[in-house]
Amino acid sequence: MTMTENTIYQDRVTLRLIQFAVVWAVVAMTAGVYLAAELIWPTIDFGQFWLSFGRLRPLHTNGIVFGFGVSALMATAFYSVQRTSHVTLFSPRLAWFCCYAWQLTVLLGGLSLLAGWNTTKEYAELEWPFDIAIAVVWICFAVVFFGTIATRKIRPIYISNWFYGALIIVIAMLHIVNNLALPVSLNKSYSLYAGAQDAVVQWWYGHNAVGFLLTGGFLGMVYYFLPKHAGRPIWSYRLSVVAFWAFVYSYIWAGPHHLHYNSIPEWVQSLGMVMSIVLLAPSWATLINGVMTVSTAWEKLRTDPALKFIVLSLAFYGLATFEGPMMAIRSVNVVSHFTDWTIGHVHSGALGWNAMITYGTFYFMVPRLVGRELYSTRLANIHFWMALAGTMLYIIAMWAAGVSQGLLWLSVDQLGELSFDFKDIMSSMTPYYLLRLVAGLVFLGGTVLMAYNLFMTMKGREPVAVTPPPVAPAFGVAS
Amino acid sequence: MNGLSLHRKIEENTGLLIFGILVVSAIGGLVQLVPVLNQDSLEEPTSNTRPYSAVELTGRDIYMREGCSVCHSQQIRPLIAEVERYGPYSRAGEFVYDRPFMWGSKRTGPDLHRIGGKYSDDWHRLHLLDPRAVVAESIMPAYPWLGEREASEAGNITAKMRGLRRLGHPYTDEEIAAAEADLEGLKEIDTLIAYLQLLGTNFNEEEETNE
Repeated sequence: MTMTENTIYQDRVTLRLIQFAVVWAVVAMTAGVYLAAELIWPTIDFGQFWLSFGRLRPLHTNGIVFGFGVSALMATAFYSVQRTSHVTLFSPRLAWFCCYAWQLTVLLGGLSLLAGWNTTKEYAELEWPFDIAIAVVWICFAVVFFGTIATRKIRPIYISNWFYGALIIVIAMLHIVNNLALPVSLNKSYSLYAGAQDAVVQWWYGHNAVGFLLTGGFLGMVYYFLPKHAGRPIWSYRLSVVAFWAFVYSYIWAGPHHLHYNSIPEWVQSLGMVMSIVLLAPSWATLINGVMTVSTAWEKLRTDPALKFIVLSLAFYGLATFEGPMMAIRSVNVVSHFTDWTIGHVHSGALGWNAMITYGTFYFMVPRLVGRELYSTRLANIHFWMALAGTMLYIIAMWAAGVSQGLLWLSVDQLGELSFDFKDIMSSMTPYYLLRLVAGLVFLGGTVLMAYNLFMTMKGREPVAVTPPPVAPAFGVAS
Repeated sequence: MNGLSLHRKIEENTGLLIFGILVVSAIGGLVQLVPVLNQDSLEEPTSNTRPYSAVELTGRDIYMREGCSVCHSQQIRPLIAEVERYGPYSRAGEFVYDRPFMWGSKRTGPDLHRIGGKYSDDWHRLHLLDPRAVVAESIMPAYPWLGEREASEAGNITAKMRGLRRLGHPYTDEEIAAAEADLEGLKEIDTLIAYLQLLGTNFNEEEETNE
């Protein structure tokens, strides 16, 4: 390693992580589209076990969360932590290890899911050898991230880094506790918890994987890229402080709303419901902070596709974080639980919020990283509208499907007899499932356009060397 | 020291920030998980609940392998419509030998918690191999390979039962010793059917309501 590499930002690893994230997005969304088609034409698995719905579905969710999501989070965290700390990454070698070891874990893990190694705990389906690999890479990620913060040249730790920090710490805690199991062979283990207790532990994990990975981590993106791109400081620093701690405190309680009316103690359900509603406050505090930050820079939205994606993602963030607490109310949950409404809710978050903000940061970072204009602003604008149309169509289809399923299942006639047969309700879903398939294809099509656009932008280019700027004496670290 | 200057300390100190996040995020989990994990009644089996036999356990692990739980719940909520459609609502004590729990979060297909005994073995066999031969509207995948593969090759049953015994499932030495022989000659589909036929049957409603 030469001297110059120590004094410039480590951006090659960021660029590589962006490339991996884009590949995972295309792969995992393609799997999703295929799954959507299987729900309409169930024989298109052609009797192949690895195409079977039950095996392909965890590949879709894990590919999105761990392949696309975590790669994007590592990329943006590495990019922003250097620039907010005015220092190069702590241990670049370890950062490269995180990058490749993570891709290998997700790749082999994905194949293991197709092979049927499946713990069935949602978003924690990978078996114990992969759980160990994830923990090791995660600790290395923590060392690189907090090491960079600890060696920073600027005194305050910028707000985006708190969110990335919460992502790293809380996900480590959740992952380790939820996956405690007794291995009985290389591909099989039994959970240390059983039955109702296992359910409570799993949804403490499951809900907060959404909370701290898909929400907290991506809020890190908001707090760095939104002000940066809008060219305005964050609207209220004080509000972001309050929102951060309220978020970290209250999210963790909300898990039991996944188990309303299930065989767990009622006090746990009620507590989970109340805290889910409380969660609306910190969620929307950040929403308000974000929208107010951009509120004096609206004119940029007309010309800048990256900012469009980021601002739209905030709208879907607001929608999903409102819908979530509503679905956590027991009397609403009676209808929504077990239905496609849940799938719609997840996708309003995953497509509208997570994917959109990630796309925004990629359109922002890639031209800057390679020192060249985006290959085609027009393509990016088309992508924007495809992403928006795909997401809206998806959510509307699943709302309609879910609400009708929920109501029809519960419907009884005047004599108290069930009004509808299960299989008739199931058959009536086909139009919604077709609509969802189209929605998925449109969204995937947009993502492929982005992959092409970014590829053409990066083609033949190396990251530009950027040196950390000098720090104003008032903010510098005394050394 | 007012709140803001206290916070300035935290936001300028990496160690304090890590410590703060750890403490603040742990509280909710501790309040919910510690009592639940120490509540003995959640570990108390209902009077008829027993550990899975070697055959049923193999079937359950195949159910997991094929990801059946992504479309089928095993959790009947105490609602009129659900009890009418599926049977008596689920009790915590019925799941004490479920590692992991298999309640699911989505019903693309119907709930299976009390599927046991509702259909014949032959119906299940036909349905698993070719769902649309039995239910024309079904969108369930077919599982042709289950009828071909030997149950004895679906994992090491002795190691599995020993492992579960270490976790507290009361298997006897005899049961574990006989496990491999129990699977002999069975296809994977036979074990899965045995598991499905057991589901929800070890529950005696009268006994539970009289308590």
